[in-house]
Amino acid sequence: MRAPDGPRSWTARVREAAEGALPPEKLLPDRQPAYVASWVYVFGVTTLAALIVLVASGTVLSLEGPDWWHTSAVGHFFNSVHFWGVQMFFFAMVVHLWGKFLMGAWRGRRRATWVVGALTLLVAIGTGLTGYVLQQNFASQWISTQAKDGFNAVGIGAFFNVLNLGQMLTLHVLLMPAAVVLLTILHLLQVRHRGVVPPFDAADEHLGPEEAER
Amino acid sequence: MSWRTDDAAASRPWIGPTRPYDLVKEFAIALLVVVLLTVLLAALFSSPDEPQITLSHWAQQAPKDFVTTALAELDGTSDTATYGPPYVAIPGAGQKIGPLNLQQLGGVRIPVDTAHDFVLGPLSTVAASDPSLASAIQRWRTASSDQQRSWADAFGTALEEGSVSGERIDVPSSDNGPVLPIMQAELRLAASGGLEGAMLSRHAFYGTDYTQPLLFLADGSYLGSLADRQHLLGDQWGMMNESGSYPGQTWLWLYTLWYQVPPFSTSDNADALVWGLMLLLTAGFVLLPFIPGLRSLPRRFGAYRLIWRDYYRSTGHGDGPGSAWEGTQGKE
Repeated sequence: MRAPDGPRSWTARVREAAEGALPPEKLLPDRQPAYVASWVYVFGVTTLAALIVLVASGTVLSLEGPDWWHTSAVGHFFNSVHFWGVQMFFFAMVVHLWGKFLMGAWRGRRRATWVVGALTLLVAIGTGLTGYVLQQNFASQWISTQAKDGFNAVGIGAFFNVLNLGQMLTLHVLLMPAAVVLLTILHLLQVRHRGVVPPFDAADEHLGPEEAER
Repeated sequence: MSWRTDDAAASRPWIGPTRPYDLVKEFAIALLVVVLLTVLLAALFSSPDEPQITLSHWAQQAPKDFVTTALAELDGTSDTATYGPPYVAIPGAGQKIGPLNLQQLGGVRIPVDTAHDFVLGPLSTVAASDPSLASAIQRWRTASSDQQRSWADAFGTALEEGSVSGERIDVPSSDNGPVLPIMQAELRLAASGGLEGAMLSRHAFYGTDYTQPLLFLADGSYLGSLADRQHLLGDQWGMMNESGSYPGQTWLWLYTLWYQVPPFSTSDNADALVWGLMLLLTAGFVLLPFIPGLRSLPRRFGAYRLIWRDYYRSTGHGDGPGSAWEGTQGKE
């Protein structure tokens, strides 16, 4: 609706678009379709929980610099939490991915949700690698000197140098986790916007008339 | 049932039965469980931290390998010296995917001169107080490349017959020019722990780029021998393994799989070929919903019947094989 005193502001347009795409009852619903009743649905939120553990433990590790965990028992403990968090994150994410694949979860205008989720996995793998190569131990020496050949073979190594500790540190601590978090937020908003994909061959009476594309 | 019919049906809003579902509570419980599990695993199993290998450690533990590698850096025959981009400008060098040499396209953005950066440059920092070493370095630098090659070959042959123990190189007499004193000084500098510092600090006071010492370390066989013991080599599924008895990067299973099988396992272009294949497969994975045939696989597999079995039972459909769905699957 146009305000009587002139054209709608950009702010009003953004607010109206956001409200239209994600009204509060869609953003945080307290009911779900009856078919959302399987353990496989738990792994999406488990991935999110593991991501929060990774960001929190990584934040603690970043407070005193990258070699702190080698010289402090407290630092080593938080490194261990980070390490097991990584394992849990990828385990939950891969199970979530397989679950969504087996559901054909991209049906019904949900293709972009799949694409963003898949990109999140890829960026997370890259983030994991940058973490492995900045450990400043034997594993990081070995992994970085091996991984360089893959990146170099396709010309990426000239720009993404896994042997450069400083570059890997900034990528791992800021840029790549930020990308994972932003992609995750986008993915969650997409899921809430479209809702959970219905079963194949859902009863016709359980499906309303198709809405116009938004 | 066609893909389009499935897709159109899933586009319609759900007006069927619903159930209470507390998303926030579910998230809180998941977070609590993950926090408890990670803390428990961290407390019980800690995390891997195999100590780093220093150049000093290498020079002391495997001095002959160290000297052999340093000689290869000096005479330009090491892996790094012959690598091509992004370290060395060598026309045509690098891995290829068919006729495509992407390694060359990246360019030489991290230039490395192995003789200067790994041997002569670091030694120059100590040569100021060692006239005989300064003289040896000067003699090498002013010699013709044929002469350098001849000296290096002579020293290499002598080294095969000789021995290196502690910081002393004992080789049969040969016409190796200044190579012996240069190698002797390089070994001493490394064993004393000064080589990393000399390599890193010649260019700047601060430094966070360990490219050169890591390349030097990787050119030798010592690092690989340690990795072999930990089952970390490429042909040991090493990318998925971790030092010690810890889980590794298991999510790289498909990437590392290709390195185990021909033609990748026997190709000089293995990295480029595996990367090319993985880029193709990754594009397919990301764009799966847009690829006819692949996007219909979930209906063919039928595992969705297990996931939504309660719903199907409640609507009188899908009691497993033989259900009303048979005969409606897999048509793109």
